[in-house]
Amino acid sequence: MAFLEFQHIRKTFDGFPAVDDVSLEIRKGEIFSLLGPSGCGKTTLLRMCAGFERPTEGRIILNGKDITDLPPNQRKVNTIFQSYALFPHLTIFENIAFGLRVAKRSEAEIHDEVERMLKVMQLKGHERKKPHQISGGQKQRVAIARALVNKPEILLLDEPLAALDLKLRQRMLVELDAIHDEVGITFIMVTHDQTEAMGISDRIAVMNRGKIQQVGRPNEIYEAPTTSFVAAFIGDTNFFVGQVGPADHGDYCRLKIEGFDRVLCYNDKRLKPGQMAYVSVRPEKLRIHAERPEDDPRLNLIPGKVTDVIYEGGRTDYWVDGPGGYRISVTRAHQLFGLDEAPIEWNQAVWLSWHADDGYMLEQYREDDEELLRLPAAPEAGRLAELPDED
Amino acid sequence: MKRSRFPLWVTAGVMLFFYLPVVVLVVNSFNQSRSSGPWTGFTLDWYVRLMGRRDIWMAFRNTLIVATGASAASMVLGTLAAFALHRYRSRLQDVHYTMIFTPLVVPEILLGVSLLLLFVALGVERNLWVLFIGHTTFCISYVAMVVLARLQDFDFSVVEAARDLGAGPWITVRRVLLPLLAPGILAGGLLAFTLSIDDYVISFFLSGPGTTTLPIQINAMIRRDAPALINALSSLMLCVTFLLVWLSQKLNKESRT
Repeated sequence: MAFLEFQHIRKTFDGFPAVDDVSLEIRKGEIFSLLGPSGCGKTTLLRMCAGFERPTEGRIILNGKDITDLPPNQRKVNTIFQSYALFPHLTIFENIAFGLRVAKRSEAEIHDEVERMLKVMQLKGHERKKPHQISGGQKQRVAIARALVNKPEILLLDEPLAALDLKLRQRMLVELDAIHDEVGITFIMVTHDQTEAMGISDRIAVMNRGKIQQVGRPNEIYEAPTTSFVAAFIGDTNFFVGQVGPADHGDYCRLKIEGFDRVLCYNDKRLKPGQMAYVSVRPEKLRIHAERPEDDPRLNLIPGKVTDVIYEGGRTDYWVDGPGGYRISVTRAHQLFGLDEAPIEWNQAVWLSWHADDGYMLEQYREDDEELLRLPAAPEAGRLAELPDED
Repeated sequence: MKRSRFPLWVTAGVMLFFYLPVVVLVVNSFNQSRSSGPWTGFTLDWYVRLMGRRDIWMAFRNTLIVATGASAASMVLGTLAAFALHRYRSRLQDVHYTMIFTPLVVPEILLGVSLLLLFVALGVERNLWVLFIGHTTFCISYVAMVVLARLQDFDFSVVEAARDLGAGPWITVRRVLLPLLAPGILAGGLLAFTLSIDDYVISFFLSGPGTTTLPIQINAMIRRDAPALINALSSLMLCVTFLLVWLSQKLNKESRT
């Protein structure tokens, strides 16, 4: 049974729909992420869960109880704010104790609970400091302690790592996961950072323009995107436009892509012959060959010419000009660098291949998505000079 | 490059222009000469004489009562006005803003005359209440402006945090909002206080027999008393004003950090 349920939630601001008919079920104890670009409605959804906004339509059910109209102070839900929103005039101890004091708990109880939180969050020795005297990572931990000390049923996290620098972000992500394992309550996290969401979540809801695009486990969302928006937003991908052809090999079908020889693709969405469709192929699913590999009925093969080689240490990214004017991104991981891979150079003629199972057919994009789906243009020689110096 | 001396000279010039008269006044308050003429010797006599004047003490008492009352009342009303201005955006609030802002720019004499006319029309006797109301009208604007400026860079997420942690609206105001805004409100109040004790124009119209304030008293003394006595009284007022302005700025700076 769903622990937290959003039922047909709509929220409009001055007539503009920020959240548009969203229904979601969140299970007890899971880390659930709302992921999407800024302005997609994820924060509004979170704020409605906390009680800071009231839905225009729809109900929010927590543990079988309708909480839609409860004010924030009457919900067993606590929030970690993006800016942490620590009380600057109170010490760390009093910040954490705030919820307990408001609840009129006894002095001894407050002391014990806060001390326990200080220990768990490794904040011992800082309890008498004011928020401006501690580091960003410590502020983050105070914010978490201040919320968890109230033993909420759900912890809401609004871009919890956005204010931290990269190194600290990775460490806090691991810490958040450890905290979740320890307290075992439901976490709902809002983020625009897909690595953050993928790394920590049990399930993710990808949102765009106030609507849910896809809900699923991180690997489902990455490997089996259901819309072209999800495919493009999560990770990098190559899109090829084609027309669906006759079925082949059971659930597979032929695809006519301009300039390509013969393409086979898994047709899980049962697109009908004649329909226009997108095929999304992730850069790491493409293999790059110096010689033409042996034919295999399930392997799609296209020729190309390397236009860019970006060596990254653990892997190399190639940009390849393929047939039909496609500029294709390919990633090759170096597992046995010296042994199995002859280096591929700039301007070399190559073959690209991918397995029929690794291409995902998606309905053709809508015009709104066009911006997102555009492949990066090749830098022209003249334009490089115009790029501003960065220091 | 050699650093230009120009800014130094400008600063010195401005300081001289502003404060030379004040320095002359303070120095002369210690001058034995009755008419603030040439220096004839150091004395504290004028200050001692000041202490013995009953009318001055009365004026001092009146000023203190009016300034304290007006700044206290305007701290409450001005803060509420600033909140309303910050929170709600509407056509009505635009009018509200203009109305709050206007007393800062309208010639004071206009305010004084219109207040006087109003009280005369209402048949109200000119007592301390009248002065208190008159001073409060312009003090509200100053407090509202100072608090509004503070609110504009106030991070309201702490208010949401308090609500989120279980605090009702009243506890949120008392435990979070007021403590955080207190320095700003107090700074506005101190500013209002200094403006009230220095006010001449409005007090001139609204004070009557027995409700003279210090500035009115000083003006009256120019005709009757030794200039040196006025110097001494003015010097004391100057000290108080400087102290309050310094305190107000210090508070304002603190609330910004």
